[in-house]
Amino acid sequence: MPDQDPSKTAPPTGLPAWMGGARPATVMAAVPGRRRKDSAVQKTIEGIAAALKTSVFSEKIASRPGLLQKMDPRAKAVSLLGLLVAAALVRQPLILLGLYAVTTAAAGASRISLKFFLKRVWLFIPVFAGLIVLPSIFNVVKAGDPLLTIWNFGHEVRLGPWSLGTSIAITKQGLTGAAILVLRVAVSVSLAVLLALTTRWSDLLKALRVLFVPRVFILILSMTYRYIFLLLDLAAEMFTARRSRMVGPSSPREDRHFAAASIGTLLGKSHALSEEVYAAMVSRGYDGEPLSLRRFHMRGPDWLLALAAAAAAAAAIGADRLLG
Amino acid sequence: MTANAFEVKSVSYHYEDAAGLDGVSLTVAAGEKVALLGANGSGKSTMLKILDGLILPNEGTVAAFGEKLTEETLNDEGFSKAFRRRVGFVFQNPEAQLFSSSVWEEIAFGPLHLGLEHDEIITRVEDTMHILGINHLKDRPPYHLSGGEKKKVALASVLAINPEVLLLDEPSAGLDPKTEDFLIHLISDLNRAGKTVITATQDLGIVPQIASRAIVLGEDHRLSGAGPAGEVLGDEELLRLANLVHYHAHEHDGLRHYHPHSHVEEHDHH
Ligand SMILES: Nc1ncnc2c1ncn2[C@@H]1O[C@H](COP(=O)(O)OP(=O)(O)OP(=O)(O)O)[C@@H](O)[C@H]1O
Ligand SMILES: [Mg+2]
Repeated sequence: MPDQDPSKTAPPTGLPAWMGGARPATVMAAVPGRRRKDSAVQKTIEGIAAALKTSVFSEKIASRPGLLQKMDPRAKAVSLLGLLVAAALVRQPLILLGLYAVTTAAAGASRISLKFFLKRVWLFIPVFAGLIVLPSIFNVVKAGDPLLTIWNFGHEVRLGPWSLGTSIAITKQGLTGAAILVLRVAVSVSLAVLLALTTRWSDLLKALRVLFVPRVFILILSMTYRYIFLLLDLAAEMFTARRSRMVGPSSPREDRHFAAASIGTLLGKSHALSEEVYAAMVSRGYDGEPLSLRRFHMRGPDWLLALAAAAAAAAAIGADRLLG
Repeated sequence: MTANAFEVKSVSYHYEDAAGLDGVSLTVAAGEKVALLGANGSGKSTMLKILDGLILPNEGTVAAFGEKLTEETLNDEGFSKAFRRRVGFVFQNPEAQLFSSSVWEEIAFGPLHLGLEHDEIITRVEDTMHILGINHLKDRPPYHLSGGEKKKVALASVLAINPEVLLLDEPSAGLDPKTEDFLIHLISDLNRAGKTVITATQDLGIVPQIASRAIVLGEDHRLSGAGPAGEVLGDEELLRLANLVHYHAHEHDGLRHYHPHSHVEEHDHH
């Protein structure tokens, strides 16, 4: 047996024989060409955990001395709401673009780096909007004036009761509709990200409560926040723990298999822990009412912000009606 | 005061897939310092959660300061606020107890939610951080701290509430010797200041300093003994049955023999 301990004497403490003695030196030698690399799955999980920690859970940006950080959370929340309504009603791409520019400028004034902000926002958009919107730009899905023909059948193609027309083309109406939707999502997400980044979590919850969001909803929001955090942390930890027990690299297939098999454990673990977190909060007097030590003050600039946002929202909707 | 802090009568608690406690009765007088002993899984943490009204027994009753803890009393806002002010619980797993975005906010959480005045909260947070020597951590997010630092912050977050009763679940686990020593003295000081301190632990070595009375839970989740700390620690049979002492292998001139060993003597230098 090659793996046998060279000294065959049993260890003195009553340990099983295989546990005693020193390992043969060869085990420690590096195997050339078999560098361990972090797998895609692990990288993704660790990446998400790290990104969330630094962007959502860390309050670094919220404590910077920027424009929005100085504002009363209630003023911010109301302004956000007004602009969200405008973004939902406006149908002119140009006006949406204007709203987007305003939001981005506000981010700049709040000392958020442009790159960081754009990355946060545009990371979400392809997933949420892109996939849903993409089909609608083709005439097959939505009729319209062809802008760019991709395939010409030369005759009408029928699929059962449906006619696919004589060609596949990108339509003008489809493209405009898609642009509007993507822009609308971009503006909305930007506004939400901006509010979240420039406001401390406890202040944000308190502001929502002041704006008549029900207590149960706040409780759910607050626990979701803790839960996601625990979940990501545990996931990253489980991968690390597995790596420390593994010899050699794992294949992407093994990784995916491990990920799939661990989801159950993970959910169980994070559920148990979040229950415990909730108990710890209750033990220290939490009853679902969000409280924050910082007192809210609506001062001149706060009213100004709310007013400016309301004016911008009204102007956007008005201009949209005029143009449309 | 002769009042009892807690009266637990034949309490049983079952988790979904395991027993937590089985017919346990105990009384803790106000101002007492008590150690709750038991092997892993014997039900110490479960008992502390019951005392803190975080879980309710399936059978039996539990009363705090003469008031029964029930769904009804705990849902009463007046009672529950008063109860939470009077009883503080340091969890075994500090991970569970740290949920705020900075150490400062973490420590302020209890006083804030229990309705203290703004200035009072600030004083308490600063003082508590000072006592525990964690001022330098105040702006750090708790989840980035080391294990021992987390434990200190968790302790601080409860001390800031200034409760009459402290429930401590394995407070010394994972602390360096200096901090452990500090904790032991802190517990004595708090008790001398009139606080009731109930500490769940498996570290028999610290029991003489942190408790005048010891309660032992067996591996069957039942009460296996209780009495003055010195007597319980001297009861080799009781400790062995509760799996709190182990047999150490000693070697003398190549001969091996086993004898029970409880670690009590080792720590007797205080
Ligand atoms: N959330 C839970 N769900 C199911 N079973 C649990 C849960 N918590 C504890 N138990 C079980 O209840 C029993 C008592 O657990 P408890 O945590 O009270 O023990 P303990 O004395 O604190 O142990 P330790 O010294 O390891 O902290 C154990 O058998 C444990 O497996
Ligand atoms: Mg425990």
